[in-house]
Amino acid sequence: MSNTHAATAGAAGIRTSESFYLKEEHHPENGTMLGFWLYLMSDCLLFAMLFAAYGVLGRNYAAGPSGADLFDLPLVALNTAFLLLSSITYGFAMLQMYKKKVGKTLFWLGVTGLFGLAFLSLEIYEFHHLIHEGAGPQRSAFLTSFFALVGTHGLHVTFGIVWLVTLMFQLKKHGITYENKRRVSCLSMFWHFLDVVWIGVFTFVYLMGTLV
Amino acid sequence: MFKSLTMLRLKRPLLLGTLLSLLLSGCNMVSLSPSGDIAVQQKDLLITSTWLMLIVIIPVIVLTLLFAWKYRASNTEATYNPEWHHSTILELVIWAAPLVIIIALGAITWVSTHELDPYRPLERISEGREVPMDTKPLVVEVVAMDWKWLFIYPEQNIALVNELAAPVDRPIEFHITSTTMMNSLFIPALAGQIYAMPGMETKLHAVINKEGAFEGFSGNYSGAGFSGMRFKFHGMNEADFANWVETNRKDGQALTRETYLKLEQPSERDPVQRFAKVDAKLFDAVLNRCVESNRMCARDIAAIDAKGGQGKTGTYNLASNAMIGTKIGLNASTQKTYVGALCTPEAPTGLASEAKTL
Amino acid sequence: MPEHFDLAKMIFGRLTLEAIPYHEPILIMTFIGVILGGIAVVGALTYFKLWVPLWRDWITSIDHKKIGIMYMILGLVMFLRGFADALMMRAHQAMSFGDNPGFLPPHHYDQVFSAHGVIMIFFFAMPIVTGLMNYIVPLQIGARDVSFPFLNNFSFWMTACGAALIMVSLFVGEFAKTGWLAYPPLSGIIASPDVGVDYYIWALQIAGVGTLLSGVNLIVTIIKMRAPGMTMMKMPVFTWTALCTNILIVAAFPILTAVLAMLSLDRYVDTNFFTSDLGGSAMLYVNLIWIWGHPEVYILVLPVFGIFSEVVATFSSKRLFGYSSMVYATLVITILSYIVWLHHFFTMGAGASVNSFFGISTMIISIPTGAKLFNWLFTMYHGRIRFELPMMWTVGFMVTFVIGGMTGVMLAVPAADFVLHNSLFLIAHFHNVIIGGVVFGAFAAINYWFPKTFGFKLDYKWGVHSFWLWFVGFWVAFTPLYVVGLMGVTRRMSHFDDTSLQIWFQIAAVGAGLVGLGIACFFIQIGVSIWKRKEYADVTGDPWDGRTLEWSTSSPPPDYNFAFTPVVHEQDAWFDMKKHGFKRPTEGFIAIHMPKNTGAGFIIAAISAVIGFALIWHMYLPAIVGFIALLAAIITHTFNYNRDYHIPAEEVVAVENERTRLLANHV
Repeated sequence: MSNTHAATAGAAGIRTSESFYLKEEHHPENGTMLGFWLYLMSDCLLFAMLFAAYGVLGRNYAAGPSGADLFDLPLVALNTAFLLLSSITYGFAMLQMYKKKVGKTLFWLGVTGLFGLAFLSLEIYEFHHLIHEGAGPQRSAFLTSFFALVGTHGLHVTFGIVWLVTLMFQLKKHGITYENKRRVSCLSMFWHFLDVVWIGVFTFVYLMGTLV
Repeated sequence: MFKSLTMLRLKRPLLLGTLLSLLLSGCNMVSLSPSGDIAVQQKDLLITSTWLMLIVIIPVIVLTLLFAWKYRASNTEATYNPEWHHSTILELVIWAAPLVIIIALGAITWVSTHELDPYRPLERISEGREVPMDTKPLVVEVVAMDWKWLFIYPEQNIALVNELAAPVDRPIEFHITSTTMMNSLFIPALAGQIYAMPGMETKLHAVINKEGAFEGFSGNYSGAGFSGMRFKFHGMNEADFANWVETNRKDGQALTRETYLKLEQPSERDPVQRFAKVDAKLFDAVLNRCVESNRMCARDIAAIDAKGGQGKTGTYNLASNAMIGTKIGLNASTQKTYVGALCTPEAPTGLASEAKTL
Repeated sequence: MPEHFDLAKMIFGRLTLEAIPYHEPILIMTFIGVILGGIAVVGALTYFKLWVPLWRDWITSIDHKKIGIMYMILGLVMFLRGFADALMMRAHQAMSFGDNPGFLPPHHYDQVFSAHGVIMIFFFAMPIVTGLMNYIVPLQIGARDVSFPFLNNFSFWMTACGAALIMVSLFVGEFAKTGWLAYPPLSGIIASPDVGVDYYIWALQIAGVGTLLSGVNLIVTIIKMRAPGMTMMKMPVFTWTALCTNILIVAAFPILTAVLAMLSLDRYVDTNFFTSDLGGSAMLYVNLIWIWGHPEVYILVLPVFGIFSEVVATFSSKRLFGYSSMVYATLVITILSYIVWLHHFFTMGAGASVNSFFGISTMIISIPTGAKLFNWLFTMYHGRIRFELPMMWTVGFMVTFVIGGMTGVMLAVPAADFVLHNSLFLIAHFHNVIIGGVVFGAFAAINYWFPKTFGFKLDYKWGVHSFWLWFVGFWVAFTPLYVVGLMGVTRRMSHFDDTSLQIWFQIAAVGAGLVGLGIACFFIQIGVSIWKRKEYADVTGDPWDGRTLEWSTSSPPPDYNFAFTPVVHEQDAWFDMKKHGFKRPTEGFIAIHMPKNTGAGFIIAAISAVIGFALIWHMYLPAIVGFIALLAAIITHTFNYNRDYHIPAEEVVAVENERTRLLANHV
């Protein structure tokens, strides 16, 4: 944006024809981070709707089981730990990327992915167990909104992992380039965002659901 | 038409009144000349807000046309000031003028919305006539079905499909629900509409001030048979109403739960049907979605849920309408799954109806 | 789960030959027409060897201008479909009285009004508005393209694929019979077991992705890519309204996505979000969909306010009155549009205080809207108004829209709304603001920016015919609806018993016919203009003595928009340049950095449409295969690192010298 200042500085005086255009190529700031941030906010709104649905329907057990009957808190706590740890390891990957160390970046990204997979496996186990007990999403509006909220988060994590693996290949192929840095940063925002959403899910759905 | 306009409380210029009435003469503008007090007040409100808005609208239209004419390019006489783009006073005015009107309209809105709240029992029968102290409102329980209306008169112990009547000047209290779809009970001559929703109870308080037959229908689209979901609403004097009730008692069959479940099946453009001897808890059961005997009432479900559900044991407590349907000879084309009724010492078979009567 | 694995069912789902509506003569005739038209188009493309240019220059184009044009074409094509539905409704309602059942059975009529609403909002108004923003915004802010050109192409094709699914529903299966917002329980699986609602859901979901991404794209474009010197308060008003619109899109469309996803879960896997039993709540749906639905109204109308602001200032030859109050009014509307949604269902039985709150907040929106109207009015004051076509549409809008605003405030008074809700008065009201606002605005915009886009003006005579037919036709069509609405006649009726009402519907049908003639005149106008394009050519690039940057470049603009990035000192930047004797530079051109075309957007969108179709018909095997293909296509696309190139300086020189020559000959 340095050329901007040069141009506007000239504007203080009399405006000549030359003061109305740039002679060199104009390079506006890259908008990817802002754009991705906006996308995340829209995604956040999607979760807000699911939270709202859970808020409205989450006590409608239809004379069936409630969260207190179903949730296995230690299991979910373990799961939460996996996800929180994965955020930390993603942070390590970012640090290594800034140091331009491809190998270590890849290593930490791999660890992040494994934590993500562990999280997903536990979630799938939990869902399977619930459905097996007859407490599937069809049983009551509470379970519907529970499965939708937690399941949507799980889907996001799944796509996050797919993206992560793709990025690892790209890092390996092209190294730490400008584009790859930007991509890894976007995924970083996405990954931390999912973490934040999960904290909401854990508190609002699991803790409050079990401790009531 | 003229008469209804002159009845309005606000004084307004003759010209527009004449214009409006000319425009609308010859047609029956139910919403502008209603026969029930609530609808009359709603109409007044409509007209008041129109006048308030016209304070801004008319100048804008006139000025638009005036400026468009006066400042046309070919009129070189007119002032031309290409750089004039700001005037603090003018901008204050253009924000303040609508603001003042909206403040006035907002006040009217707040008051009228509370006064004409359909849930609020009536205080007057019509302008200047309060509801007498000892008057009990006529209770009518309304069930919107696919695609017909069921009106239950608990006090008179009668029920009708697609016909409604009420004595003139007696407050009516509607309790409204629906079987499956979202409909809207709308009798323009009587009062504004309110939704009828499954598992929900809405209320409407209204009064009819004139004798006559008025149109009633569903105002909210509800599927294939919606256009035919109409009925006549009769305003009657006390004697005629008593006669009408008597006729219904005489002609009517009994409305049991079984009859109801058959009646509930989708049908279109049904003729008027009359029932006497209505199951006293029928409306309550419809509202709580437990007309079927193997089904837990919404009220009981809510009570259980408020205590944290029924635990894992409740997981499999589901029933379906298939068995009931076959028993009363319906083809179970739409099978529904719902929460099953519970067996208790008071109701060993688990029939919800039984439990409640005990 | 079936006992044995039924392959045919996995592949074809519930799609059988029965799904083709052989028994509907209207549909079969339309189908034959479409097939013949399609063959003609394919034949012409082959004969004139246009397939390659079509793919290379249009389908894969990431040029915001071409995408803008494609959006406009999509919008106009869908407009014809939506208007055909409108004509059918008007004709049917004019006939269907007493013993006459009309010509459409309820199950067909119900599809027609649902399709009309969905198409007009999502596939006419939205593409037109998005197309205009796409074309104009980068030019107005002096940018070479949008921030994410590939995403822009992808967004367009997602919208187009959504539209295609709606069109397919005409000939394969059926469309929703639920009204344009598909309220449950009516749209639930019990009441609507067939494919109509599924077409609705997937068409909107696919198009919704496109809309959301294009919203993100344009916000970033406006925030990051403005020409040097163009501060926020020096942006043209259209760009401001575009910014607010896209903020609304990003903050509203996820709600629609979520609520439709919930509805599809209810329909596909028997969950209980909106069912009446087992704890669901249909009222939740109604609330959520209107939390999206009300901002949607402003998504459509805000850019149009921007258009009128540009047009009024240009044709009054005068600076816009009250620029900052215009901007603040836009912002206030943006924010307020989120706290009014409940006014769409005062009759649902919320308490008086809740209803009052939403009624009053609705009325408050009329204050900034009123301020805008006054600003346009005082822009005309002391101006020199040239009554070119865009200005005629603007004046037509001003007198029409205020009436719509007035009836809107009437509807906002809850106790009065109990009488008017769901009535034809309501229908007349929102057509009054959408036709009087959005449609008139779209025509103003098309007449205003057409010369910029194609290099020649639109024919005046046919434009005037079109305007008057529309203007008169609109009032003839909708005044009767206001009247019958006050008589207590409600919407979506396929038959009436009371024959005394018939005359009103016949008048309305005549009005619809007049509007139809207006539309015909519009297309004739375009045809005549293309025919006489030499005569109407505009070489200057600035046919209206414009004020904003898009008029500073040639018509049509070169691929790179501006040979040199403009520098802005004032509002109305181009006017400022002209005032200070700006001379177009004729030398010193340099290479320009531009994004490269790609077919990925089209391919990914097409796969999405296939998945949508498969899901509609429960064809689970193709859906799974499609999904894998989709993932593969997306991942493959991310491996493409070679996304831009430089237009060499020589090419820029050639293009600009050609323009210099043209300008010299012209003078």
